[in-house]
Amino acid sequence: MPPDEQGALTEAVFYILLALHEPLHGYGIMQGVQELTKGRVNLGPGTLYGALSSLVEKGWITALDDASNSRRKEYQITASGEQVFQAELQRLEELLTHASLIAGGKWK
Amino acid sequence: MEMRKTLYRFFGNFEKEEAWLNQMASQGLHCVDYVLCRYKFEQGAPSEYIYRIELMEKDPRSPEGMAYLEFLEEAGIEVVATHVRWVYLRKKAEQGPFDLYSDNASRIKHYRRILRLLLPIGGLNFFFGIGILHNWQPINLLNLGASFLLAIPAWSYYQRIMQLEKESEIRE
Repeated sequence: MPPDEQGALTEAVFYILLALHEPLHGYGIMQGVQELTKGRVNLGPGTLYGALSSLVEKGWITALDDASNSRRKEYQITASGEQVFQAELQRLEELLTHASLIAGGKWK
Repeated sequence: MEMRKTLYRFFGNFEKEEAWLNQMASQGLHCVDYVLCRYKFEQGAPSEYIYRIELMEKDPRSPEGMAYLEFLEEAGIEVVATHVRWVYLRKKAEQGPFDLYSDNASRIKHYRRILRLLLPIGGLNFFFGIGILHNWQPINLLNLGASFLLAIPAWSYYQRIMQLEKESEIRE
């Protein structure tokens, strides 16, 4: 991964990549993330739309061809998206390990 | 009987316009159309809808613009009107909060897009207004007035960008 791609993912991108482990259309992502986080993360449709086009451009997700219902475009994570996502999980794990080391066992 | 109402207003600042539409909605007057300073309202239940105004990246009639509006419609958002690149949106309040943007980066992007629209128009009016580009005539005071009218919201958007960028150093 190039150095400029090693930084933290935004929360929106993290949850979009997580949600797209199954094929979903835009509204499905919004609903899924909202349910999963019990309403804490509400992706704005403008923010989501921008993030989806950036992620497609990067090749981290792909739009699925579905001739039967072309109006509702579905997306899914790609292999390179998965790689980025796994690297992010490692980074997050490191954060929590450090936090429990210094700030106490609260995170264990 | 359905009550209809037409009001004329001019707003330089889209956030003030948005607040006004939401205030009207809280009284049960829901905007159903907008054409150049003319707002049409329909009487309904108070606070039935939440209104948002956005400057789109692309023209609403272009394929990219239409794809975005379809995306919004899938999420239960209704397109009330479009005006050049501006779009007037509403969503039923019972479907929960309605904000187009959920992080600072995309809010900043939106304000920047608006500034890129306002600054050339404001600048051109200013130069016409002070007579740099041609023989100045008293009528050009109107240009000067227009440039100040645009400068006020532009300054407020600029302040918002600065504030959000400062916030971005700490959180998304």
